Amino acid sequence: MTDVIPDALKDERIKPVSPLRRALIRPELGGICGTILVFLLFAVIAGDSGMFAAEGLMNWTVVSAQFMVIAVGACLLMIAGEFDLSTGSMIGFSGVMMAILSVHLGVPLWLAIIATFVFCVLLGGVNGWLVIRTGLPSFIVTLAFLYILRGLTIWGSIYFTRQTIIGGVAEKAATDWLASIFGGKVLGWLFTWMGEAGWIATFTRGNRAGQPVIDGIPMLVVWAIVLVVFGHWLLTRTKFGNWIFAAGGDALAARYVGVPVNRVKILMFMFSAFCACVFATCQVMEFGSAAADRGLLKEFEAIICVVIGGALLTGGYGSVIGAALGAIIFGVVQQGLFFANAESSLFRVFLGVILLTAVIMNTYIRRIITGER
Amino acid sequence: MSAIVEMRNITKHFGHVIALAGVSFDVKAGECHCLLGDNGAGKSTFIKIMSGVYKPSGGEVLVEGAPTLFQSPRDAMTAGIATVYQDLAMIPLMSVSRNFWMGREPERGVWPFKTFDTDKADDITVKEMRKMGISLRGPDQAVGTLSGGERQTVAIARAVYFGAKVLILDEPTSALGVRQTANVLSTIDRVRKQGIGVVFITHNVRHALAVGDRFTVLNRGQTLGTAERGTVDAAALQDMMAGGQELALLESSLGGTI
Repeated sequence: MTDVIPDALKDERIKPVSPLRRALIRPELGGICGTILVFLLFAVIAGDSGMFAAEGLMNWTVVSAQFMVIAVGACLLMIAGEFDLSTGSMIGFSGVMMAILSVHLGVPLWLAIIATFVFCVLLGGVNGWLVIRTGLPSFIVTLAFLYILRGLTIWGSIYFTRQTIIGGVAEKAATDWLASIFGGKVLGWLFTWMGEAGWIATFTRGNRAGQPVIDGIPMLVVWAIVLVVFGHWLLTRTKFGNWIFAAGGDALAARYVGVPVNRVKILMFMFSAFCACVFATCQVMEFGSAAADRGLLKEFEAIICVVIGGALLTGGYGSVIGAALGAIIFGVVQQGLFFANAESSLFRVFLGVILLTAVIMNTYIRRIITGER
Repeated sequence: MSAIVEMRNITKHFGHVIALAGVSFDVKAGECHCLLGDNGAGKSTFIKIMSGVYKPSGGEVLVEGAPTLFQSPRDAMTAGIATVYQDLAMIPLMSVSRNFWMGREPERGVWPFKTFDTDKADDITVKEMRKMGISLRGPDQAVGTLSGGERQTVAIARAVYFGAKVLILDEPTSALGVRQTANVLSTIDRVRKQGIGVVFITHNVRHALAVGDRFTVLNRGQTLGTAERGTVDAAALQDMMAGGQELALLESSLGGTI
């Protein structure tokens, strides 16, 4: 879309914009730079630790994918102008609900998963409905749900099972068709082939000798990719995406031109809850158990990924690709410090610094977009 | 010529407060009807009823002669009544093109893979902006980089493009500089010549007299009558807006400068 403007129509007061500055106002830029930076950093300090060998690669990929799944939901919601602080509690809640239903109440696992998804997405809808009806900041409403859901999770878990960790899901999952969509692995044949071809390491001892060290890509990673692609497509290529930007940019102005702002916001709360459920289900299937304390602080980690990815906390601006890059940065730093044998508590220091830098950058970028005042 | 929109004896109560006590107003095709009034006179309430944001407590709204009750701003928009609000016209962080099409995005493809047809949207946006005399750096330029007058113009162009028959402009010039004001007033003139009825809300008498065909003055929720162009002068309008006496008193001490 670079049609040439005839000279007569050129405004002498519009300065030509350099490509650099043009690139600077793309929301993903911070994420791209950050990603390159952390990869370079860890290539230097942890390059020989196996971090970039097949096994290490899979390690931080899975961690990044976890962040990615919840970051997509948080990103779209934040662009629509709202927060969801109940994501972490929702992860704990949905995992425990699923496990109680299937292990203790004898519901088939696939039905338990579907019931949990439906219930939690509806809960997300309640979150959104309350925010819209009361006009309260979503910060407060979802903070209330952070406590309500966590409390219910612990209570429910103890009431039904007398403990806060519910095992026994693995046996049920082994034969369940739906569980494999969350807990299975794909492309196993590819890794077997790569192992045979000597491209990736294989086990040399034990009963799995000869098999590759990684036996497939976890479905969690597939979910992360699917959600990112879907989120990006929805946001940038559809009418609904335009409504998301509009709802977060200025809800009243959007309403006046006929954008159904309430519907958009409530749907985004539901999508955020959906993402939390995907995260929880994948985790429950992977561990074969649910625990009442799962997902602690995940809401903040999701928000950090989104902010690193260039979204504005005030809504109306951001990118799903950016959030995904934020998740990669998060995952690489967290696992990289482990590979580099660094003190793990330094991770938080690092994270805080990145977050602060990202927010300062974003404020500057917004000033550029809105006319450098 | 009959009115496109006619408001008959509109009243609006907010609890104990009577915001409007029987206001009548109409707008015809191709005219600019100015609604004048001081702050708190009920201008905003009145146009919000006209644009479907509020429902009237009493009175009738007639669209092309037929009594109509708007349930939402969307209803009013479907009936061809478009409103451009002073500071709520545009979303600064979004591009001109995305703003232009907001709420009415063109789509292509088949469900569920329908996508926002950005090429078409960008194309039309640039063309329409040029018609209004604004050259964009590109359709992806953020509205935040435009001046206040340009933003109003984008909003007006949007309303016109989407087939508005009546265009309500809520104080479009009140926050603008001299040159930008002139731009907006000439845009109003251009729009009027296309046969669109313009309702121009302002408290600036000079701006009103520059483009208005008829003038209605609101004071404390009541209308003080409608005057044709040429039958009133600035002083008379100013007088009616302020409710006569107090301003006369003020004016004598200020030496006729307002």
